[in-house]
Amino acid sequence: MVNESSDPLLRWIPLLPLLAAIFHGVMIGVVRRATPRWLVIALSCGTVAGSFLLSCVVFASLAGLPDGATLVDGLYTWIGAGVGELRFNAELRFRLDALSSVMTLVVTGVGLLIHVYSIGYMDDDHRDDKGFQRFFCYLNLFTFSMLMLVLGDNLVLMFLGWEGVGLCSYLLIGFWYSDRFNAYCGSKAFIVNRIGDFGFLVGIFLLFGALASAGAPTVDFAEIRASFGLISEMTVPAPFWGPEWRLVDLIGLCFFVGACGKSAQLPLYVWLPDAMAGPTPVSALIHAATMVTAGVYMVSRLSFLYAAAPVASAVVAWVGALTALFAATIAIAQTDIKKVLAYSTVSQLGYMFLAAGCAGYTGAVFHLVTHAFFKALLFLAAGSVILAMHHEQDIRKMGGLRRRIWQTHAVFLIGVLAISGIPPLSGFFSKDEILVAAWTAHVPGHLWLYAIGLVTAGITSFYMWRLYFVVFWGESRASHHVREQIREQPPVVVNPLWVLAALACLGGAIGFPQVYGDALGIERSHSLNNFLGGLFPVVEHHLAHSTEYAMALAAIGMAGAGFGIAYLCYVARPELPVRAAAALKVPYQLLLEKYYVDELYDALIVRPLVKLSDVVLFRGIDAGLIDGVAVNGTARGVRGLAAHGLKYLQSGFTQSYVFLMIVGAVAILGYLLR
Amino acid sequence: MVPLDHVIGLSAVLFTIGVVGVATRRNLIVMLMSIELMLNAVNLAFIGFNRMWPGEPGAIALDGQVFVLMVIAVAAAEVAVGLGIVISMFRNRDSVDVEVVSLLRW
Repeated sequence: MVNESSDPLLRWIPLLPLLAAIFHGVMIGVVRRATPRWLVIALSCGTVAGSFLLSCVVFASLAGLPDGATLVDGLYTWIGAGVGELRFNAELRFRLDALSSVMTLVVTGVGLLIHVYSIGYMDDDHRDDKGFQRFFCYLNLFTFSMLMLVLGDNLVLMFLGWEGVGLCSYLLIGFWYSDRFNAYCGSKAFIVNRIGDFGFLVGIFLLFGALASAGAPTVDFAEIRASFGLISEMTVPAPFWGPEWRLVDLIGLCFFVGACGKSAQLPLYVWLPDAMAGPTPVSALIHAATMVTAGVYMVSRLSFLYAAAPVASAVVAWVGALTALFAATIAIAQTDIKKVLAYSTVSQLGYMFLAAGCAGYTGAVFHLVTHAFFKALLFLAAGSVILAMHHEQDIRKMGGLRRRIWQTHAVFLIGVLAISGIPPLSGFFSKDEILVAAWTAHVPGHLWLYAIGLVTAGITSFYMWRLYFVVFWGESRASHHVREQIREQPPVVVNPLWVLAALACLGGAIGFPQVYGDALGIERSHSLNNFLGGLFPVVEHHLAHSTEYAMALAAIGMAGAGFGIAYLCYVARPELPVRAAAALKVPYQLLLEKYYVDELYDALIVRPLVKLSDVVLFRGIDAGLIDGVAVNGTARGVRGLAAHGLKYLQSGFTQSYVFLMIVGAVAILGYLLR
Repeated sequence: MVPLDHVIGLSAVLFTIGVVGVATRRNLIVMLMSIELMLNAVNLAFIGFNRMWPGEPGAIALDGQVFVLMVIAVAAAEVAVGLGIVISMFRNRDSVDVEVVSLLRW
């Protein structure tokens, strides 16, 4: 590791939010006295702002170093066990390379904006003053965990952050826990994530075991990468079929199961739409911009592994593409403003995995960044709409909002333009790069992947414009009472939206494709690619400029078609969707009910499991075996034995006791002298 | 010097008398006396063994004798409690026969 330099600033990036979280926790749990709101705000936003500034500083110093350099900051050995071949060492050490610096900037930057926004959003929440502090406590804890995940130098530390963000997600989804449904949604998210985490853990075990058997036991990313060649050709006996599996494929699949859980991919996506039960800033920060992209980050971080695992990569790409299409179709029929955005998030995450599976890691990270901008923007704008509508989330009861809250309308429109891929907004460039990656990929059926991506782009455009038209155009369908009180939110809510809107507009500049760069005479225009390039395995592909232009035109065409159909259906001729729904009753019902996936899981997994727990585990083992046989059986046995035999020993005659005692003493003596 | 065999033999005889006394007599006072006999038989054995075992070089072996002192102290306490029970029993039942007190049984 020649290009490592130490930078003690790194540790403070995650530590600052942790300190604020601890302070809040102590105030809530131990001191139990209301903290003034200004102090809560100053601490929470101040520490995250501090982290953001530090991120900028270390980013600047990293950018000043030559390509491939990293900054590290080791604190101490967290877990150290064994020696030599059987050594297991997990350092508490942070590493900032190009990938984690981009992620850190996104997490702290978008996180800071959302913290600021939350001041205004949660101000409305007057249930009790502790709730305000509790909210910021969780939010800070989340920021800490996410930064641990991103900056962690080894798999174990990453897993710590991985679990930490899962915990905070659970806590924040169920933030308004007095409503049973919210608590249920939180549990659902936690349990579904656990399935993914299991895959992640198995992946770590397999990887570590393979490395240890090859003589290089390590969980450190850089060391894994250095000694990866030792295990890349290993095979293992197949668990199910076929002659032998390549070990790296198996490891890649295990890690991808983890990514599926955290990043809401098929078939584990079901928790994310329900996670919308949490407060809207949480949906924006955790369930759109940062936490759900952890899976993409992980796959990119392990890109050297996936590059050597073609089967795992193909699975990643196909699952991503199918998820993108599947979730996008569900989003068409949803009527809850947050649900539409949630399915849209699932779909966009699918895009990122499509890119990652097609070895377009830069595209995945690029889309991750731009998505963080425009999806956080859309969620926060939706939150502003929800506040204006007095916590109404049903888009059928909105309408005509564009004149009443023009600022929210404007930023929402920017978000919609960005996500539907209208140039020159950010979403256009990142989506285009993913489509190019799919087109040129070495994955079976890559042209189908491209087609799915293209169709999904059209659907995305359609449902986003539908959402926009239904919410902001037409006549207001709210009740008279609500309609009277619709007004713009205070600057603390609106200003972060404008910042995000600017980022959503201009974010595409960091990944300005070379093909346009060539046309405009800019050398090395794709700065993100230049910055990240050294980290990812290089896939050579040559694409004629004309092909790239044609693909961009096709994508714009799809976006335009989506816009046109949405305009036709929801502005020009509003009776069309009703007639379409009536004509296509079955498909419409299928979309409205989200393909009945929740019901399917309920029937196939949840209810059999509950039944099994009830009949076998509870009534059979707990009540029958443990309570019946072990506890009560023992008591009954002792009672029976005493009543029918042992009691006769208690004769009341001292002489017989003495006699028994002597017999006993002689017996013991006999045993000892045998 | 008295050989160890003699000391142990005497101890064994005394102990057996004690055991037989406890097992056969019904008078509580005699039973207590028999128990004392057994304890002192043990004490005798301790002393005998103590004399036979020279201990570590340069040190005087006192373990057996210390043990005897412990046993004497415990025996004294036991007699105090035992006689107390006997007196209280005599007050209630006008007898010290163990056959008389047989309420505590099934």
